[in-house]
Amino acid sequence: MKNKISKLYLALVFLFLYAPITVLVVYSFNDSKSRGNWGGFTFKWYLELFKDRDIKTALYYTVTIAILAAVISTIVGTVSAIGIYNMKTSRMNFLLNINYLPIINPDIVTGIALMILFLSANIKLGFSSMLLAHITFDIPYVILSVLPKLKQLDNNITEAALDLGATPFYTLKKIIIPQIKPGIITGFLIAFTLSIDDFVISFFTTGSGVTNLSIEIYSMARRGISPTINALSSLMLVVVLGLLLIINKRTTIPTKE
Amino acid sequence: MNSKSRYLAYPYSIWMLVFILFPLFLIFLYSITLRNPNDIKTITFTFENFGKFFDPIYVNVLIRSISIAALSTGICLIVGYPVAYLLTRAKDKHKGLMILLFILPMWMNMLLRTYAWMTILGNTGLINSFLNLLNLPNVNLLYNNKAVILGMVYNFLPFMVFPIYTALNKMDRSLIEAADDLGADGFTIFKRVIFPLSLPGVISGIVMVFMPAVSTFVIPRLLGGGKNVLIGNLIEKLFLVTRDWNFGAALSMIILIIIFISIKILNILKIDKESGVSI
Repeated sequence: MKNKISKLYLALVFLFLYAPITVLVVYSFNDSKSRGNWGGFTFKWYLELFKDRDIKTALYYTVTIAILAAVISTIVGTVSAIGIYNMKTSRMNFLLNINYLPIINPDIVTGIALMILFLSANIKLGFSSMLLAHITFDIPYVILSVLPKLKQLDNNITEAALDLGATPFYTLKKIIIPQIKPGIITGFLIAFTLSIDDFVISFFTTGSGVTNLSIEIYSMARRGISPTINALSSLMLVVVLGLLLIINKRTTIPTKE
Repeated sequence: MNSKSRYLAYPYSIWMLVFILFPLFLIFLYSITLRNPNDIKTITFTFENFGKFFDPIYVNVLIRSISIAALSTGICLIVGYPVAYLLTRAKDKHKGLMILLFILPMWMNMLLRTYAWMTILGNTGLINSFLNLLNLPNVNLLYNNKAVILGMVYNFLPFMVFPIYTALNKMDRSLIEAADDLGADGFTIFKRVIFPLSLPGVISGIVMVFMPAVSTFVIPRLLGGGKNVLIGNLIEKLFLVTRDWNFGAALSMIILIIIFISIKILNILKIDKESGVSI
């Protein structure tokens, strides 16, 4: 009896989580523009999606910025994590606390703070400002995924390598990086998905003509909704599902704490 | 490792100074200054921006934001705690799949998830079409506070479930068995053993839900319509429409202060910083 109640409870929560998504996917095949009516099965919204210039541009910027930001922040984050790990505890904690700020701060504050920075520095809002903003909020997550792996390292192995005459750079390349690789990959994937998904910070740091999918969806949702969004969201769901299956093979995901 | 490798952190230290600390300082600077409209170069230091906030209109927006966010956080806790508990009790072979199913919606674009509710709740949406089919009158489900709370719970529920799940998962099972052997009933075990041990998870869950809930402007904009403004909407408007940066900065400072105070209060019950969600 108790078991049945818990199963029913979980089923209800999953229903709550999946109902809206199911609706989106089903309506992406609906041949009627009105959301209430079912006008038959169609692929036309998907075809329209590929003809839509705005969406294609937004997709281009979303993916380009996500890849660039993820690659740059993974490199910078990994290198910085190694540096931070080798600092004295007091300094390490000081830097980590600052590193936590973009994670703790509400997105709207981060977005506005960066917007003010760019405008005060006379940087035109657009592609580069959005990229810089994404790198800024990605790096902390990379550091937080790499650092625990560094802490798990066996120092004896590193010291053995150095004793045997390996240069610090060679040790880094052959001993340290291979051992912390899972953390680096997790960091990269988190950075990538955060970038792909970001709305608020991009919204404030972007300028004329440069939008990403989230911004596009926001403006479409406000000005009346075209079923092409449904098609777009179904496609994105498939992509996310694919990414998630990869990430699920890794073990930990740092959370906002 | 070589002690020199600490220098590797120096470039990022400068980056943090420029892109994290300095922008926050700029917000602070804008919040305590006013620009002279006749002469752009002179700025005056003032608390006027914060004073402006004490207009009942703005205070009410803040109170509404805090109470809606708190209510959503409470609902997330009540709904999410049993979910986290049941996830830890699931059989190992189902566990991975169930957690995957739970994460999946979270990794879907937040705007899409919110927009999906517009599809369901709207005037021509799913529920109303169904009611029309039964010849029942339309109900107004969208563009009110309830819709905003629903959107928040929907979007932020996983943020509550995962920290609690992690805390419960780390718990030593033998403690429950010991309590059981010593004659404690189910409720006592929960009250005296399980809940206290999961408290760190509950606290980070509360922070992780309350923080985005109190500052969001997307959910109230899409589900609350134009009328049900929260503080996030106000800030967005001040920066992008009215261009009153000084007042907007003051409101941002107020949001930051509220969040840091709530984190400090909750931190009295210490949170382990390095713990992540294990899957």
